[in-house]
Amino acid sequence: MTERIAILGGGTGGTVLANGLADRLAAEIDAGDVEVTLVNDDPDHVYKPVWLYVPFGQRELADGRRPLRELVDSRIDLVIDRVTEIDTEGKRLELRDTPDALDYDYLVVATGSTLAPDEVPGLAEGGHDYYSESGALALRDDLLSMTEGHLVVSVVGTPHMCPAAPLEFAFMADDWFRERGLREDVEITYTYPIGRVHGNPHIGEWAEPIMEERDIDVETFFNADSVDPDAKTVASMEGTEINYDVLVGVPPHRGVDVVADADLGDRGWVDVDKRTLEAERAEDVYAIGDAATTGVPKAGSVAHYQAGVVGERLASEVRDRPATATYDGKTLCFIETGMDAASFVEFDYENAPSPAPPSEKLHWSKLAYNESYWLTARGLL
Amino acid sequence: MTDLDIEPTDTVDARGAACPGPLMDLIGRVRSASPGDVILLLSDNDQSLTDVSEWVDETENELLEVDETDDDYRFYVEVA
Repeated sequence: MTERIAILGGGTGGTVLANGLADRLAAEIDAGDVEVTLVNDDPDHVYKPVWLYVPFGQRELADGRRPLRELVDSRIDLVIDRVTEIDTEGKRLELRDTPDALDYDYLVVATGSTLAPDEVPGLAEGGHDYYSESGALALRDDLLSMTEGHLVVSVVGTPHMCPAAPLEFAFMADDWFRERGLREDVEITYTYPIGRVHGNPHIGEWAEPIMEERDIDVETFFNADSVDPDAKTVASMEGTEINYDVLVGVPPHRGVDVVADADLGDRGWVDVDKRTLEAERAEDVYAIGDAATTGVPKAGSVAHYQAGVVGERLASEVRDRPATATYDGKTLCFIETGMDAASFVEFDYENAPSPAPPSEKLHWSKLAYNESYWLTARGLL
Repeated sequence: MTDLDIEPTDTVDARGAACPGPLMDLIGRVRSASPGDVILLLSDNDQSLTDVSEWVDETENELLEVDETDDDYRFYVEVA
Protein backbone atom coordinates (compact mmCIF):
# COMPACT_ATOMS: atom_id res chain seq x y z
CA MET A 1 0.00 0.00 0.00
CA THR A 2 1.56 3.27 -1.10
CA GLU A 3 1.44 6.15 1.38
CA ARG A 4 0.61 9.38 -0.45
CA ILE A 5 1.83 12.71 0.89
CA ALA A 6 0.49 15.86 -0.75
CA ILE A 7 2.09 19.25 -0.14
CA LEU A 8 -0.02 22.22 -1.09
CA GLY A 9 2.14 25.24 -1.89
CA GLY A 10 5.63 25.58 -3.37
CA GLY A 11 6.96 28.48 -1.32
CA THR A 12 9.75 28.17 1.20
CA GLY A 13 7.94 25.74 3.52
CA GLY A 14 6.54 23.49 0.81
CA THR A 15 9.72 23.34 -1.22
CA VAL A 16 12.03 22.71 1.73
CA LEU A 17 9.65 20.03 2.97
CA ALA A 18 9.43 18.32 -0.43
CA ASN A 19 13.20 18.16 -0.74
CA GLY A 20 13.55 17.07 2.86
CA LEU A 21 11.12 14.20 2.30
CA ALA A 22 12.90 13.22 -0.91
CA ASP A 23 16.03 12.85 1.16
CA ARG A 24 14.52 11.20 4.24
CA LEU A 25 12.27 8.82 2.35
CA ALA A 26 14.45 8.18 -0.69
CA ALA A 27 14.41 4.41 -0.21
CA GLU A 28 10.65 4.24 0.33
CA ILE A 29 9.96 6.50 -2.65
CA ASP A 30 12.27 4.47 -4.90
CA ALA A 31 10.54 1.27 -3.78
CA GLY A 32 7.11 2.73 -4.58
CA ASP A 33 6.00 2.63 -0.95
CA VAL A 34 5.69 6.41 -0.67
CA GLU A 35 4.63 9.08 -3.16
CA VAL A 36 5.21 12.77 -2.48
CA THR A 37 3.38 15.31 -4.61
CA LEU A 38 3.99 19.04 -4.50
CA VAL A 39 1.20 21.18 -5.94
CA ASN A 40 1.79 24.83 -6.81
CA ASP A 41 -0.16 27.16 -9.09
CA ASP A 42 2.95 28.91 -10.39
CA PRO A 43 5.77 27.10 -12.20
CA ASP A 44 8.21 29.39 -10.37
CA HIS A 45 9.33 29.41 -6.79
CA VAL A 46 9.28 32.98 -5.49
CA TYR A 47 11.68 34.27 -2.83
CA LYS A 48 9.84 37.27 -1.44
CA PRO A 49 12.60 38.89 0.69
CA VAL A 50 14.12 40.20 -2.56
CA TRP A 51 11.16 42.59 -2.87
CA LEU A 52 12.38 44.76 0.03
CA TYR A 53 15.32 45.86 -2.12
CA VAL A 54 13.40 46.42 -5.38
CA PRO A 55 11.95 49.87 -4.49
CA PHE A 56 15.48 51.15 -3.84
CA GLY A 57 16.65 49.92 -7.25
CA GLN A 58 18.99 47.38 -5.67
CA ARG A 59 17.40 44.15 -6.86
CA GLU A 60 15.18 43.04 -9.73
CA LEU A 61 12.06 40.91 -9.49
CA ALA A 62 13.76 38.21 -11.55
CA ASP A 63 16.29 37.79 -8.72
CA GLY A 64 13.49 36.31 -6.63
CA ARG A 65 12.17 33.75 -9.13
CA ARG A 66 13.44 30.36 -10.21
CA PRO A 67 11.62 27.43 -11.83
CA LEU A 68 10.38 25.02 -9.18
CA ARG A 69 11.40 22.09 -11.36
CA GLU A 70 15.04 23.15 -11.03
CA LEU A 71 14.78 23.31 -7.24
CA VAL A 72 12.74 20.23 -6.42
CA ASP A 73 14.21 16.73 -6.23
CA SER A 74 13.25 14.47 -9.12
CA ARG A 75 11.73 12.01 -6.63
CA ILE A 76 8.92 14.51 -6.05
CA ASP A 77 5.89 14.62 -8.34
CA LEU A 78 5.50 18.28 -9.17
CA VAL A 79 2.03 19.36 -10.25
CA ILE A 80 1.57 22.87 -11.56
CA ASP A 81 -2.11 23.46 -11.02
CA ARG A 82 -4.45 25.23 -8.66
CA VAL A 83 -6.27 23.33 -5.95
CA THR A 84 -9.93 24.30 -6.02
CA GLU A 85 -11.18 22.21 -3.11
CA ILE A 86 -9.66 20.51 -0.09
CA ASP A 87 -11.81 17.61 1.06
CA THR A 88 -10.35 16.61 4.41
CA GLU A 89 -13.05 13.98 4.98
CA GLY A 90 -12.49 12.22 1.65
CA LYS A 91 -8.75 13.05 1.77
CA ARG A 92 -8.66 14.45 -1.72
CA LEU A 93 -7.75 17.63 -3.55
CA GLU A 94 -9.73 18.86 -6.53
CA LEU A 95 -7.62 20.57 -9.18
CA ARG A 96 -8.57 23.30 -11.64
CA ASP A 97 -6.83 21.98 -14.76
CA THR A 98 -6.50 18.28 -13.98
CA PRO A 99 -9.64 16.14 -14.31
CA ASP A 100 -8.60 13.53 -11.76
CA ALA A 101 -8.59 14.55 -8.13
CA LEU A 102 -5.45 14.02 -6.09
CA ASP A 103 -5.99 11.55 -3.25
CA TYR A 104 -3.75 11.76 -0.22
CA ASP A 105 -3.05 10.00 3.06
CA TYR A 106 -1.26 12.99 4.57
CA LEU A 107 -1.69 16.62 3.56
CA VAL A 108 0.59 19.53 4.37
CA VAL A 109 -0.88 22.99 3.82
CA ALA A 110 1.85 25.46 2.93
CA THR A 111 -0.22 28.02 1.09
CA GLY A 112 1.31 31.15 2.59
CA SER A 113 -0.20 34.62 2.75
CA THR A 114 -2.15 36.74 0.31
CA LEU A 115 -2.75 40.48 0.46
CA ALA A 116 -6.14 41.99 1.21
CA PRO A 117 -5.74 45.76 0.59
CA ASP A 118 -9.44 45.99 -0.32
CA GLU A 119 -10.31 45.60 3.36
CA VAL A 120 -9.25 49.24 3.82
CA PRO A 121 -11.05 51.64 1.46
CA GLY A 122 -8.63 53.51 -0.81
CA LEU A 123 -5.53 51.59 0.25
CA ALA A 124 -5.10 49.72 -3.04
CA GLU A 125 -5.41 52.96 -5.03
CA GLY A 126 -3.51 55.27 -2.71
CA GLY A 127 -0.75 53.11 -1.30
CA HIS A 128 2.09 50.91 -2.48
CA ASP A 129 3.67 47.93 -0.85
CA TYR A 130 6.79 45.81 -1.15
CA TYR A 131 4.84 42.65 -0.32
CA SER A 132 4.02 41.85 -3.95
CA GLU A 133 5.83 42.06 -7.26
CA SER A 134 3.47 44.67 -8.69
CA GLY A 135 3.57 46.69 -5.47
CA ALA A 136 7.35 46.70 -5.32
CA LEU A 137 7.60 47.92 -8.92
CA ALA A 138 5.02 50.69 -8.43
CA LEU A 139 6.75 51.76 -5.24
CA ARG A 140 10.11 51.82 -7.01
CA ASP A 141 8.72 54.21 -9.61
CA ASP A 142 7.38 56.57 -6.95
CA LEU A 143 10.41 56.36 -4.69
CA LEU A 144 12.99 56.90 -7.43
CA SER A 145 11.25 60.10 -8.48
CA MET A 146 10.76 61.39 -4.93
CA THR A 147 13.03 64.30 -4.07
CA GLU A 148 10.94 65.98 -1.40
CA GLY A 149 7.73 65.54 0.59
CA HIS A 150 6.31 63.13 3.12
CA LEU A 151 6.97 59.40 3.00
CA VAL A 152 4.60 57.47 5.26
CA VAL A 153 5.32 53.86 6.13
CA SER A 154 2.11 52.51 7.62
CA VAL A 155 1.56 49.04 9.02
CA VAL A 156 -2.12 48.65 8.29
CA GLY A 157 -2.68 45.02 9.09
CA THR A 158 -1.05 42.41 11.28
CA PRO A 159 -0.16 39.62 11.16
CA HIS A 160 1.82 40.28 8.01
CA MET A 161 4.76 38.67 6.28
CA CYS A 162 8.17 39.38 7.80
CA PRO A 163 7.21 41.51 10.81
CA ALA A 164 10.59 43.26 10.82
CA ALA A 165 10.31 44.46 7.23
CA PRO A 166 8.41 47.72 7.95
CA LEU A 167 11.16 48.74 10.37
CA GLU A 168 13.74 47.77 7.79
CA PHE A 169 12.00 49.77 5.08
CA ALA A 170 11.84 52.90 7.26
CA PHE A 171 15.51 52.57 8.26
CA MET A 172 16.61 51.90 4.69
CA ALA A 173 14.58 54.81 3.30
CA ASP A 174 16.10 57.14 5.89
CA ASP A 175 19.63 56.06 4.97
CA TRP A 176 18.91 56.02 1.23
CA PHE A 177 17.62 59.59 1.18
CA ARG A 178 20.42 60.69 3.53
CA GLU A 179 23.12 59.24 1.26
CA ARG A 180 21.59 61.08 -1.67
CA GLY A 181 21.48 64.39 0.19
CA LEU A 182 17.68 64.51 0.15
CA ARG A 183 16.82 63.61 3.72
CA GLU A 184 16.25 67.19 4.84
CA ASP A 185 13.60 67.52 2.15
CA VAL A 186 11.92 64.17 2.82
CA GLU A 187 9.97 63.73 6.02
CA ILE A 188 9.46 60.11 7.10
CA THR A 189 6.64 58.91 9.35
CA TYR A 190 6.17 55.35 10.57
CA THR A 191 2.79 54.23 11.90
CA TYR A 192 1.94 51.09 13.86
CA PRO A 193 -1.43 49.78 15.10
CA ILE A 194 -0.52 49.31 18.76
CA GLY A 195 1.30 51.39 21.38
CA ARG A 196 4.85 50.63 20.21
CA VAL A 197 6.70 50.35 16.90
CA HIS A 198 6.70 46.55 16.70
CA GLY A 199 4.46 43.78 17.95
CA ASN A 200 7.24 42.14 19.93
CA PRO A 201 7.97 44.43 22.91
CA HIS A 202 11.70 43.60 22.92
CA ILE A 203 12.15 44.50 19.27
CA GLY A 204 9.93 47.57 19.74
CA GLU A 205 12.06 48.81 22.64
CA TRP A 206 15.19 48.33 20.56
CA ALA A 207 13.86 50.06 17.44
CA GLU A 208 12.14 53.09 18.93
CA PRO A 209 15.31 54.96 20.03
CA ILE A 210 16.86 54.32 16.62
CA MET A 211 13.85 55.94 15.01
CA GLU A 212 14.13 58.94 17.28
CA GLU A 213 17.84 59.26 16.59
CA ARG A 214 17.23 59.07 12.85
CA ASP A 215 14.44 61.66 12.96
CA ILE A 216 11.78 59.18 11.81
CA ASP A 217 8.44 60.39 13.18
CA VAL A 218 6.42 57.71 14.91
CA GLU A 219 2.65 57.49 15.17
CA THR A 220 1.51 54.57 17.32
CA PHE A 221 -2.09 53.44 17.90
CA PHE A 222 -2.69 54.16 14.25
CA ASN A 223 -5.07 51.67 12.64
CA ALA A 224 -5.60 52.93 9.12
CA ASP A 225 -9.31 53.02 8.45
CA SER A 226 -9.36 54.62 5.02
CA VAL A 227 -7.10 56.22 2.45
CA ASP A 228 -8.12 59.13 0.23
CA PRO A 229 -5.93 58.80 -2.87
CA ASP A 230 -7.02 62.20 -4.23
CA ALA A 231 -6.45 64.20 -1.07
CA LYS A 232 -3.45 61.97 -0.24
CA THR A 233 -4.51 61.40 3.33
CA VAL A 234 -4.75 58.33 5.49
CA ALA A 235 -7.18 58.32 8.41
CA SER A 236 -7.12 56.04 11.43
CA MET A 237 -9.80 54.41 13.58
CA GLU A 238 -8.38 56.44 16.45
CA GLY A 239 -9.30 59.70 14.73
CA THR A 240 -5.86 60.75 13.42
CA GLU A 241 -5.28 61.90 9.83
CA ILE A 242 -1.90 62.04 8.09
CA ASN A 243 -1.03 63.69 4.78
CA TYR A 244 1.35 61.82 2.54
CA ASP A 245 3.14 62.18 -0.76
CA VAL A 246 4.15 58.53 -0.96
CA LEU A 247 2.32 55.96 1.15
CA VAL A 248 3.98 52.62 1.81
CA GLY A 249 1.13 50.60 3.25
CA VAL A 250 1.55 47.12 4.65
CA PRO A 251 -1.87 45.74 3.72
CA PRO A 252 -3.98 43.31 5.73
CA HIS A 253 -3.08 39.71 5.00
CA ARG A 254 -5.18 36.58 4.65
CA GLY A 255 -4.56 32.97 3.86
CA VAL A 256 -5.92 31.57 0.60
CA ASP A 257 -9.60 31.05 -0.19
CA VAL A 258 -9.40 27.30 -0.71
CA VAL A 259 -8.13 26.89 2.86
CA ALA A 260 -10.82 29.24 4.18
CA ASP A 261 -13.46 27.19 2.31
CA ALA A 262 -12.14 24.00 3.93
CA ASP A 263 -12.82 25.54 7.34
CA LEU A 264 -9.39 24.71 8.70
CA GLY A 265 -9.26 28.03 10.56
CA ASP A 266 -10.13 31.72 10.23
CA ARG A 267 -9.27 33.95 7.25
CA GLY A 268 -7.62 31.13 5.34
CA TRP A 269 -5.11 30.32 8.08
CA VAL A 270 -4.95 26.84 9.59
CA ASP A 271 -5.44 26.33 13.32
CA VAL A 272 -2.64 24.03 14.44
CA ASP A 273 -1.07 22.61 17.54
CA LYS A 274 1.83 25.02 17.78
CA ARG A 275 4.34 22.26 18.62
CA THR A 276 3.25 19.32 16.46
CA LEU A 277 1.90 21.56 13.65
CA GLU A 278 -1.04 19.18 13.21
CA ALA A 279 -4.27 20.83 12.09
CA GLU A 280 -6.82 21.05 14.86
CA ARG A 281 -9.88 20.72 12.63
CA ALA A 282 -8.90 17.77 10.40
CA GLU A 283 -7.12 14.44 10.61
CA ASP A 284 -3.75 13.78 8.96
CA VAL A 285 -3.33 17.41 7.98
CA TYR A 286 -0.36 19.57 8.89
CA ALA A 287 0.25 23.25 8.19
CA ILE A 288 3.56 25.09 8.02
CA GLY A 289 4.83 28.59 7.38
CA ASP A 290 2.53 31.58 7.01
CA ALA A 291 -0.53 29.34 6.71
CA ALA A 292 -0.13 27.94 10.23
CA THR A 293 -1.37 29.97 13.19
CA THR A 294 1.45 29.26 15.59
CA GLY A 295 1.73 32.85 16.78
CA VAL A 296 5.33 33.16 15.59
CA PRO A 297 6.24 35.51 12.72
CA LYS A 298 5.19 34.77 9.19
CA ALA A 299 8.78 34.47 8.05
CA GLY A 300 10.87 32.25 5.81
CA SER A 301 13.03 30.98 8.66
CA VAL A 302 9.91 29.78 10.47
CA ALA A 303 8.67 27.93 7.38
CA HIS A 304 12.13 26.40 6.96
CA TYR A 305 12.31 25.07 10.52
CA GLN A 306 8.71 23.91 10.54
CA ALA A 307 9.31 22.03 7.28
CA GLY A 308 12.08 20.11 9.05
CA VAL A 309 9.79 19.19 11.91
CA VAL A 310 6.92 18.06 9.71
CA GLY A 311 9.31 16.16 7.44
CA GLU A 312 10.57 14.24 10.44
CA ARG A 313 7.04 13.58 11.71
CA LEU A 314 5.80 12.38 8.33
CA ALA A 315 8.76 10.06 7.94
CA SER A 316 7.91 8.56 11.32
CA GLU A 317 4.24 8.23 10.42
CA VAL A 318 4.75 6.43 7.12
CA ARG A 319 7.13 4.06 8.90
CA ASP A 320 4.48 3.37 11.57
CA ARG A 321 6.60 4.85 14.32
CA PRO A 322 5.48 7.45 16.85
CA ALA A 323 6.06 10.98 15.57
CA THR A 324 8.09 12.79 18.20
CA ALA A 325 9.57 15.84 16.46
CA THR A 326 8.15 19.15 17.66
CA TYR A 327 8.59 22.79 16.73
CA ASP A 328 9.96 25.02 19.49
CA GLY A 329 9.07 28.35 17.89
CA LYS A 330 12.55 28.94 16.50
CA THR A 331 12.73 32.12 14.44
CA LEU A 332 15.77 33.82 12.91
CA CYS A 333 15.67 37.23 11.36
CA PHE A 334 18.14 39.74 10.00
CA ILE A 335 16.92 43.32 10.38
CA GLU A 336 18.38 45.94 8.04
CA THR A 337 19.01 49.19 9.91
CA GLY A 338 20.15 51.10 6.85
CA MET A 339 21.71 50.50 3.46
CA ASP A 340 24.91 49.07 4.93
CA ALA A 341 24.13 47.87 8.46
CA ALA A 342 21.85 45.25 9.97
CA SER A 343 20.91 43.61 13.24
CA PHE A 344 19.97 40.01 13.92
CA VAL A 345 17.48 38.30 16.23
CA GLU A 346 16.90 34.70 17.22
CA PHE A 347 14.06 33.61 19.49
CA ASP A 348 11.57 30.86 20.20
CA TYR A 349 8.49 30.14 22.31
CA GLU A 350 10.48 30.35 25.54
CA ASN A 351 13.22 32.86 24.78
CA ALA A 352 12.63 36.49 23.84
CA PRO A 353 14.58 38.23 21.08
CA SER A 354 17.56 40.41 21.92
CA PRO A 355 18.58 42.35 18.80
CA ALA A 356 22.33 42.33 18.09
CA PRO A 357 24.13 45.68 17.72
CA PRO A 358 23.80 46.75 14.07
CA SER A 359 26.91 46.15 12.01
CA GLU A 360 28.10 46.08 8.42
CA LYS A 361 29.04 42.43 8.91
CA LEU A 362 25.42 41.50 9.69
CA HIS A 363 24.24 43.47 6.67
CA TRP A 364 26.54 41.46 4.41
CA SER A 365 25.47 38.29 6.20
CA LYS A 366 21.90 39.06 5.26
CA LEU A 367 22.77 39.73 1.63
CA ALA A 368 24.92 36.59 1.54
CA TYR A 369 22.07 34.52 2.94
CA ASN A 370 19.70 35.97 0.35
CA GLU A 371 22.05 34.59 -2.32
CA SER A 372 22.52 31.23 -0.64
CA TYR A 373 18.76 30.92 0.00
CA TRP A 374 18.50 28.83 -3.14
CA LEU A 375 20.48 26.15 -1.33
CA THR A 376 17.89 26.28 1.46
CA ALA A 377 15.11 25.79 -1.07
CA ARG A 378 16.96 22.76 -2.40
CA GLY A 379 17.15 21.36 1.11
CA LEU A 380 20.93 21.71 1.31
CA LEU A 381 21.33 24.54 3.84
CA MET B 1 -20.43 35.51 33.24
CA THR B 2 -19.07 38.61 34.95
CA ASP B 3 -20.19 40.46 38.01
CA LEU B 4 -21.72 42.99 35.65
CA ASP B 5 -23.68 40.27 33.89
CA ILE B 6 -22.54 41.51 30.49
CA GLU B 7 -23.92 39.71 27.45
CA PRO B 8 -21.39 40.06 24.62
CA THR B 9 -22.55 40.59 21.05
CA ASP B 10 -19.53 38.75 19.71
CA THR B 11 -16.57 36.78 21.07
CA VAL B 12 -12.99 36.83 19.81
CA ASP B 13 -11.04 33.83 21.02
CA ALA B 14 -7.37 34.80 20.76
CA ARG B 15 -6.08 32.32 23.30
CA GLY B 16 -2.74 30.93 22.19
CA ALA B 17 -1.97 33.94 20.01
CA ALA B 18 1.29 35.78 20.51
CA CYS B 19 1.43 39.50 20.99
CA PRO B 20 0.01 41.65 19.40
CA GLY B 21 -2.35 39.05 17.96
CA PRO B 22 -5.11 39.35 20.58
CA LEU B 23 -5.34 43.13 20.31
CA MET B 24 -5.21 42.99 16.51
CA ASP B 25 -7.96 40.37 16.49
CA LEU B 26 -10.04 42.67 18.70
CA ILE B 27 -9.38 45.68 16.47
CA GLY B 28 -10.34 43.65 13.42
CA ARG B 29 -13.66 42.73 15.01
CA VAL B 30 -14.32 46.30 16.18
CA ARG B 31 -13.84 47.49 12.58
CA SER B 32 -16.87 45.52 11.46
CA ALA B 33 -18.98 45.97 14.63
CA SER B 34 -21.85 48.38 15.19
CA PRO B 35 -21.98 51.10 17.85
CA GLY B 36 -23.16 49.60 21.13
CA ASP B 37 -21.90 46.10 20.36
CA VAL B 38 -19.94 44.47 23.13
CA ILE B 39 -16.96 42.37 22.03
CA LEU B 40 -15.58 39.77 24.41
CA LEU B 41 -11.87 39.14 23.86
CA LEU B 42 -10.33 35.99 25.32
CA SER B 43 -6.56 36.10 25.66
CA ASP B 44 -3.99 34.16 27.66
CA ASN B 45 -1.19 36.60 26.88
CA ASP B 46 -0.17 38.85 29.81
CA GLN B 47 0.82 41.62 27.42
CA SER B 48 -2.85 41.98 26.47
CA LEU B 49 -3.51 43.54 29.87
CA THR B 50 -1.44 46.52 28.78
CA ASP B 51 -2.12 46.47 25.05
CA VAL B 52 -5.91 46.33 25.21
CA SER B 53 -6.42 48.98 27.86
CA GLU B 54 -3.93 51.35 26.20
CA TRP B 55 -5.60 50.98 22.83
CA VAL B 56 -9.10 51.44 24.22
CA ASP B 57 -7.90 54.63 25.93
CA GLU B 58 -6.83 55.95 22.53
CA THR B 59 -10.29 55.44 21.11
CA GLU B 60 -13.84 56.26 22.11
CA ASN B 61 -14.56 52.61 22.79
CA GLU B 62 -15.00 51.55 26.41
CA LEU B 63 -13.41 48.73 28.37
CA LEU B 64 -16.35 47.63 30.50
CA GLU B 65 -14.68 44.85 32.44
CA VAL B 66 -11.59 42.66 32.63
CA ASP B 67 -12.01 39.25 34.23
CA GLU B 68 -9.12 36.97 35.07
CA THR B 69 -9.74 33.24 35.20
CA ASP B 70 -7.29 30.43 35.85
CA ASP B 71 -6.73 30.04 32.10
CA ASP B 72 -7.22 33.42 30.47
CA TYR B 73 -8.16 37.08 30.60
CA ARG B 74 -11.59 38.24 29.45
CA PHE B 75 -11.94 41.76 28.11
CA TYR B 76 -15.39 43.25 27.48
CA VAL B 77 -15.18 46.17 25.07
CA GLU B 78 -18.17 48.28 24.08
CA VAL B 79 -17.87 49.74 20.60
CA ALA B 80 -18.42 53.49 20.32
